[in-house]
Amino acid sequence: MMPLRTVRVLSGVLLTLWLILPLIPLAIWSFARGWRFPALLPNGWTLQAWDYALSPTSGVVQSLGVTVWIGLCVTVLSVLIGLPAGRALGLYQFRGKPLVHIIILAPLIVPGIAVGLGLQGVFTGLGLTQTVTGVVLVHLIPTLPYMILVMAGVFANYDPRFEDQARSLGASPLQIWWHVTLPAIRPGLIVGALFAFLVSWGQYVLTLLIGGGRVETLPLLLFNFAASGRNDITGAIGMIYILPGVLILLLTDRVVTGRSLVGRL
Amino acid sequence: MTVLSLQGLGLTYPGAARPALDGLTLDVPSGSLTALLGPSGCGKTTALRIIAGLQAPDAGDVTMDGVSILGQPPEARGVVMMFQAPLLFPHLSVAGNIGFGLRMRHLPRGQVSARVAEMLDLVQLQGLGDRKPSELSGGQAQRVALARALILRPKVLLLDEPLSSLDAHLRADMRDLIRGLQRSLGITTVFVTHDQEEAVVLADRIALILDGQLRQYDRPEAFYQRPASQAVARFFGGRNFVPGRVAGAVFDCALGPLTVAAGMTQGQGALTIRPEAVRIGPGVNGLMAVVTDRAFLGTQTRLVVRVGDVPLEVVVSPDLAAGIAVGQAVQVNLPPAALWVV
Repeated sequence: MMPLRTVRVLSGVLLTLWLILPLIPLAIWSFARGWRFPALLPNGWTLQAWDYALSPTSGVVQSLGVTVWIGLCVTVLSVLIGLPAGRALGLYQFRGKPLVHIIILAPLIVPGIAVGLGLQGVFTGLGLTQTVTGVVLVHLIPTLPYMILVMAGVFANYDPRFEDQARSLGASPLQIWWHVTLPAIRPGLIVGALFAFLVSWGQYVLTLLIGGGRVETLPLLLFNFAASGRNDITGAIGMIYILPGVLILLLTDRVVTGRSLVGRL
Repeated sequence: MTVLSLQGLGLTYPGAARPALDGLTLDVPSGSLTALLGPSGCGKTTALRIIAGLQAPDAGDVTMDGVSILGQPPEARGVVMMFQAPLLFPHLSVAGNIGFGLRMRHLPRGQVSARVAEMLDLVQLQGLGDRKPSELSGGQAQRVALARALILRPKVLLLDEPLSSLDAHLRADMRDLIRGLQRSLGITTVFVTHDQEEAVVLADRIALILDGQLRQYDRPEAFYQRPASQAVARFFGGRNFVPGRVAGAVFDCALGPLTVAAGMTQGQGALTIRPEAVRIGPGVNGLMAVVTDRAFLGTQTRLVVRVGDVPLEVVVSPDLAAGIAVGQAVQVNLPPAALWVV
């Protein structure tokens, strides 16, 4: 039998490799000048792909802005809707609660393409297709279930008597929210918000169906370059695309796991 | 100095069969320590929540010095409620918890820390200001919660079962602390408890609530000597009830004619006497009895005796009980001053 410590280290290394290995060719491609099978490494190195990706002609920077903006809007709306909904689900017992749970989970069960095709007609009628607003709204479909369920979990372990106690000690409703409720739910709230942002960041099908090609987020752009066979530019955009996930992980893992990967940063 | 007055408070929770409170009327004298006593679920905590402003009543009014406070938000009432659990905010230190209410009132930082230090002294927790609530014992947490309430110098202090979350050996300390601070600060205080012993040792006055209604509001001794009804007497451990009839200063019942104090309500009633007031030996209202049971209670011994068909409980000192065996005939007497008709 291997000691438990060895197993833990080994599985950690394997998991890391499994997550990082597929990204290595992507990174190499972005700096490659000609790289043909079965060569282990490219013939030469160049910054051409990066130069192009960051130039106005590629549209990457503009697309990055749109994607971030949509992600932020989706996150804010998810918090505004998910927080009270999660509180109601976590704190109170009411008739039909299991049914409400299923309805909230439904968007995760029904394939996005089915939802998107159905909504396309509705959104066209409302004039929301090909607009950022429409894309933000449609992104809420996959983000809200995560947000609501995370917050419901947080509030299930929350004691609302703390709010009564604060009230009786003279805190106004706004002060209670800021000084009592928010500190208690902050870790869960951050996790839920990051989830919402990353889920929005990763949307392809819904953005394509509702945005109709007019709202070009980073995954759409990335897919275009990948489909056109420009592996070097795909590599560069791919690197940019995974950046928020990595940044968020490094900066917030303390909140999520209680320990920090990057130490005292 | 504040007189608190409850006038006809009523509340029925949605979907509940019976009202939680049914016309509760009570005047709490200024500076007094009053207990709302009753079994669990009798509406006592509801009354506190209404006074604190955390719950609106269906009917009735709450006044402080004659002015209704029902229209005021909780933070404007000068009323502070302390809950059954200490409910210390886990993300704040002990000092942060005690100073919470003052910071919500935007007092300058220096002033807050001076008052916090004062309160730490008062509840004997000097030097623990930097601790986190998770590092405190149950008794310490309860004292921090008390300090957090008292620092606001409330006009009315409300305590919900202040001793019930504590271990037995800490209760006496906390009881003395509450009693001492309440006396020295002169805060009109109402506390809720289901434990009649706790009410008796702590309160100036006890309001006994049964089934959402006030049954008796009096000094603690009165509940033993002059209970308002059989139900009240039973709640306070009354065990002896003999039906009969008062005529003048004589009570006629299965025990024979007994002398009672003058001024009893005339007519049908039940005679009651505390088990500890029954005497062994000859005297006024002397009766012959047979001992049918005895049980050692620790500091006292309980005897059950039978006078004819009527069982009576008697509590005596273990010394006295040592010479008395089950089946033995003894003489008991019922001192007229200890007899009461309900």
